[in-house]
Amino acid sequence: MIKFLIKGLLRDKSRSRVPIIVVSIGVMLTVLMNAYIRGFMGDTIEVNAKFTNGHLKVMTRAYAENANQIPNDLALVDVDQLVSDLRNQIPGVSWAPRIQFGGLVDIPDENGETKSQGPAIGMGVDLLSIDSKEIERLNLERSIVRGNLIKNRGEAMLSEEFSVKLGVGPGDEITLIGSTMHGSMSMDNFILVGTVNFGAEAIDKGAILLDIEDARRALDMYDSSSEILGFFNDGFYNNDLAVRIAKDFNEAQDPNDEFAPIIKSLSQQGAMGQYVALTSVWSVYISLVFIIAMSLVLWNAGLLGGLRRYGEVGIRIAMGEEKGHVYRSMIYESIFIGIAGSIVGTAFGLFFAWLIQKYGIDITGMMQGSSMMLPTHIRARIAPSDFYIGLFPGLISTVLGTMLAGIGIYKRQTAKLFKELEA
Amino acid sequence: MKTRIVIILLLANALGGNAQPNADEILDRVDKNMSSENRIFESSMTIHGRRSSRTMTMRTYSVGDKQSFTEYLTPPREQGTKMLKLENQLWIYSPSTDRTIQISGHMLRQSVMGSDLSYEDMMEDRKLKDIYSAKVIGEETIDGRKAYVIELTAKVEDVAYHSRKMWIDTEKNIPLKEDLFAKSGQLLKRTTMSEVEKIEGRWFPTKIVFKDMLKQGDGTEYKITSIKFNQNIPEHIFSKASLRK
Repeated sequence: MIKFLIKGLLRDKSRSRVPIIVVSIGVMLTVLMNAYIRGFMGDTIEVNAKFTNGHLKVMTRAYAENANQIPNDLALVDVDQLVSDLRNQIPGVSWAPRIQFGGLVDIPDENGETKSQGPAIGMGVDLLSIDSKEIERLNLERSIVRGNLIKNRGEAMLSEEFSVKLGVGPGDEITLIGSTMHGSMSMDNFILVGTVNFGAEAIDKGAILLDIEDARRALDMYDSSSEILGFFNDGFYNNDLAVRIAKDFNEAQDPNDEFAPIIKSLSQQGAMGQYVALTSVWSVYISLVFIIAMSLVLWNAGLLGGLRRYGEVGIRIAMGEEKGHVYRSMIYESIFIGIAGSIVGTAFGLFFAWLIQKYGIDITGMMQGSSMMLPTHIRARIAPSDFYIGLFPGLISTVLGTMLAGIGIYKRQTAKLFKELEA
Repeated sequence: MKTRIVIILLLANALGGNAQPNADEILDRVDKNMSSENRIFESSMTIHGRRSSRTMTMRTYSVGDKQSFTEYLTPPREQGTKMLKLENQLWIYSPSTDRTIQISGHMLRQSVMGSDLSYEDMMEDRKLKDIYSAKVIGEETIDGRKAYVIELTAKVEDVAYHSRKMWIDTEKNIPLKEDLFAKSGQLLKRTTMSEVEKIEGRWFPTKIVFKDMLKQGDGTEYKITSIKFNQNIPEHIFSKASLRK
C-alpha cells in the first residue's frame, strides 16, 4: 500500500509539489532562524564572558561596587588559596584570575625620550602556566596578526590597531606606565612579541596583554588579582545555575567585610543583565515566528487537502472505499510529504546557515562607539539540533493539517454523493 | 564737639584696621615667614589607605616654588625614583626602566605615589595673591591657636581649585588648615598643619595631613624630618641629566 501511495504522489505533482514546497519553506526558516539567533546571542554572551565577565566573577565587595573604575586597590588578595577553595566548593567551574588595569603605553626613541604614547586597557592573563586554558579561551592563537604569543616573562602583546597607531612592531621595547595596587605610579619595560586583533572594537582600540605574573610584578599585586573569572566546564552560560551559585556563595560571606570575596553571575554585571534578559525575550519572539510560520503551513496543508481532493474523496467513497481507509491513506501521504519537505527544508536551512556561519554579516559600522563588546561579524552557529529540529514541526504540521481537513470525510453522506458529483 | 566726634571715629577706624590686617597683608606675612631662597629637606609620607598604611621617605631640594628635585629613599620598590619640577614641567624617572617620562595632560591629575596629593597640586607655583581674590571673613580658634579665616576666590580660569578657605595663625603667620573647593562648592581636599616649630628663626609646620575628601581612607601624613634653609645647592641638580645619576 505504501509503495502504491508513493507512486501516486510522484505521478500527481499537484498532490506533492506544492505541499512539499510549503513545508520546505517553513522548515528552512525554522532551521535558519534557530542557527542564526543561537550564533548571534551566544557569540555576544560568550565574547563578553571570555574577555570581561566570565560566567561567574569573583571580586571583593568593595571592588564590585565600583568595578567599572577598575579599583585595583580593592583587589582580591591571597588569590592562590581562594582559587583552591573555589575549586573545592564549586565543582564544574574553571577559575581564571585576571588583572584588569588602565595605563599608558609609552614608546621610547633612541634617546629614551617619548616617541609616541597612548592610553591602554590592560589585561593580565595566565598565559604561561601549562594547565591554563586562557590562550584558547581568548582565541589568541587565531587572533595573532604579527609576531607570536607571549612565551617568556617580560613580554607583551598589543592590539594590532593600537600598535599601528603607536608605530611599533614585534621586537620593539615598550614602557607601561600604570598605577600600582597602592596607587603609586609604576613603570615597566616589556618586549613586544606580537599583535592581535580581538575582533571587539572596545578592546582593539588600545589593548595591552601581559602574563598575569608580569602584571602582578608591574602593579605590585603579588598573589592578588582584580577578579577571578569562572567558566562552566561545558562551555555554555547557564543563567539559573550561575545566579544560584552566586547566591549560595555570597550568603556564606561576612556582610560587614568590604574585602570579602563575592560572586556575580554574568547577568548581574552591568549591561550584560539586560542582554541576558533580552536574549530570553528574543527566544519568545523566535518561538512566535516559528509558530506563525508553522501555522501558515498547517493552514495551507489543510486547505489544499480539503479543497483540492474533495472530488477525489467523494468518488473513492462512492466506489465503496471505507471512510477510515480513505482517511488513513491521506494521513500516510501527508507523512511522506512532511518527511520530504522537512528533509528539503532542513538541507536549505542548513546551507544558508552555513553561509552565514562561514562568512558572517559584517556589522562593524553599527558598532562604532560601542562600549559593550559585540562581535564585529554576526555569525550563525549550526548545532546538532538543527539537523532534526525542522523534522518535527515539518512533519507534525502537515499531518495535523491533513487530519483536520480529513475530518470532513466522515461527515459526507453516501446518498448525497452522486448529487454532489453530478454538480 | 562735632570735630571731636569725627576725630574719635577716625581713631577708632584706624585702630580697628591695625587689629585685623587685610587678606593680602596676611598672605604677605605668611610668604615672608615661610619662603626662603632655597631649602633642602628630608621628609616621610605615610599614606593611610582603606586596607593598610605605607610610608616612604624622600629628600627634596627646592629653589623658591619654581624648581624642585625629589629622590625617593625608601621603600625598596620606590627607591631611586626621582622627580624634577622646572617651572611648569614635571618629569619622573624610574630606575627599573631607566626611563624619564614627562607628566602632562591628564596624568597631572593622578595621585603622587598613591597619596592624597596630585601632581597638579605639586605643580601650582603661582603666588596665591596673583590667582585668587582674598578677603578676611572672620577669626576662629584652631587647636587653641587664634586664626584669621581667609576666603580666596579664583580670578583666573586655569586653577585646580576654584576657591579656598584658609585658617592662618594670627601670631606665627603660618596656615593651620586649608579647605579646597570645586566651582560647584564641593569640598575636594583638606589640609591640616601641626607640630609647628621654630626653625632658623621662622615658624614652620612640620606635619601636614592631606585628605582627598572624595577618597576613602585616613589621608596622607607628611612629616618633615629635617630642613635647612638657604643652602648652597649646585645648579646641575635641577637638570634632566641629574635624574639618571
